[in-house]
Amino acid sequence: MAPSSLNDLSQAALREAQGVAEPIIRISGLEKTYAGGFHALKAVDLSIRRGEIFALLGPNGAGKTTLISVVCGLVNPSAGEVRVDGFDNVRDYRQARSLIGLVPQELTNEAFETVWNTVSFSRGLFGKPPNPAHIERILKSLTLWDKRDNRLITLSGGMKRRVLIAKALSHEPRILFLDEPTAGVDVELRREMWEVVRQLRDSGVTIILTTHYIEEAEEMADRIGVINGGRIVLVEEKAALMRKLGSKQLTLHLQAPLDAVPAALAGYDLQLAADGSELIYSYDGAEEGSGITALLGDLDAAGIAFKDLHTRQSSLEDIFVDLVKERS
Amino acid sequence: MNLYPVRAIYAAEMARTRRTLLQSIVSPVISTSLYFVVFGAAIGSRISEIDGVSYGAFIVPGLIMLMLLTQSVSNASFGIFFPKFSGSIYELLSAPISHIEIVIGYVGAAATKSIVLGLIILATAGLFVPLEIAHPLWMMTFLVLTAVTFSLLGFIIGIWADGFDKLQLVPLLVITPLTFLGGSFYSIDMLPPVWQTLTLFNPVVYLVSGFRWSFYGISDVSLMASVAMILVFLALCLAVIAWMFRTGYRLRP
Repeated sequence: MAPSSLNDLSQAALREAQGVAEPIIRISGLEKTYAGGFHALKAVDLSIRRGEIFALLGPNGAGKTTLISVVCGLVNPSAGEVRVDGFDNVRDYRQARSLIGLVPQELTNEAFETVWNTVSFSRGLFGKPPNPAHIERILKSLTLWDKRDNRLITLSGGMKRRVLIAKALSHEPRILFLDEPTAGVDVELRREMWEVVRQLRDSGVTIILTTHYIEEAEEMADRIGVINGGRIVLVEEKAALMRKLGSKQLTLHLQAPLDAVPAALAGYDLQLAADGSELIYSYDGAEEGSGITALLGDLDAAGIAFKDLHTRQSSLEDIFVDLVKERS
Repeated sequence: MNLYPVRAIYAAEMARTRRTLLQSIVSPVISTSLYFVVFGAAIGSRISEIDGVSYGAFIVPGLIMLMLLTQSVSNASFGIFFPKFSGSIYELLSAPISHIEIVIGYVGAAATKSIVLGLIILATAGLFVPLEIAHPLWMMTFLVLTAVTFSLLGFIIGIWADGFDKLQLVPLLVITPLTFLGGSFYSIDMLPPVWQTLTLFNPVVYLVSGFRWSFYGISDVSLMASVAMILVFLALCLAVIAWMFRTGYRLRP
């Protein structure tokens, strides 16, 4: 018996070890075709790691909201499967859904309820016993405590957005979906919202946010997925993505405009702009040598003087636009 | 079954009733009182007794039924329609809650409200006409079964409706006419023979008849026919709701 129980033990340890590495959400072969015939999701495979902030980027109508909706149980999948911490989100919907909090894109709520009641309602709806201390903590962390007795209809848009976040957190989810969390939110509030999301991540909550504000993904995400036309076209670490695809540009403001790039400089990737008064040099920021020193030497030799210069790194936005254009 | 979600939905729906007390309770009571004044006192005094019951007392069960049916349908339909309309239904659909729990929460609250309303109207009627309830247990059974069945119907309408106009359509075009033609204000013996036969296809006749029997021991159709009809209707509503949830009809695309 001893070896067998030892074996059981090591199996359990192995499972536990695998559990740590196991993604918290695993989506495989997911398809969604709506009754009208619209094919919104096409063979989507995606894994979300425990504790990360994952940004799902895509143009309008790319399938971001449909994907979130299928995972959260709002939309029935046509094929494929979603596992949330190992639980099938259709068959074991109780376990799967109780792990998830969802903050929808639209500011939807029961207008005449108070903040306290609507957040407490959400906790009950998700099957948790009342816990006023927890609700108080959430409301305070989202600076909603002073508004707890206000009716929702009296709140500003930003406050309503916070209430939706509070509702989603009321049942202590391990995964939080934020569908366009800062759409229509002013800059200051957006920064506050990012701070809230970071704090949540630090407390161990996995966060998946959809956005079409590239800045948001650039600021927040650990990993980025791009969805376009219902397909996941790319999943990459944000830093790696920016490094891999990020090209840099050096712009030289010339003292005297040029008609054409001189033949002596044909070896460089140069373009003229602003009626010949700007010379733009594109290079790979990730490469060891940028070629700038050589270029400046050659410019001097060719007698081309400049009065100013600046460099620019392509943003995630440029990368995204290129990617979507390229694949479509 | 997890009771927390059921309790949360039930409590939220009852809170909505309290917020709209004027519309939910006061207005049906006033309109029923008007019926008593007009039909019971003014016109009723000129109508002879029906099966030994004064006309004012005769219409009490029918009036309660009329209110019970329309209020059950409108409460339950609004309860599920409004989150659909406002978009807050996302929360219900993403919650770890079974279909049965959703139905118990919403339909339970709507039925509770209707039953309370029915009892208030009964008490109000007592102010206008002398009341006797021959079979109180049967009276409560009919009250509860009717409230639950028509709240289920309201729930179906609330899911089906994609606009406020449709929400009003069924109560206005189906429930009210069927109740008025269902013997609320008359005994079907008073109709010409052809109409008597046609009336038997109106399910409300069975409800009003059974309910009136529980008050005065007089009925248009047999008690068992009344009980069977309401049970058939209850089963039908449950089957439709089960189908709606299974297919995701107008809830989960």
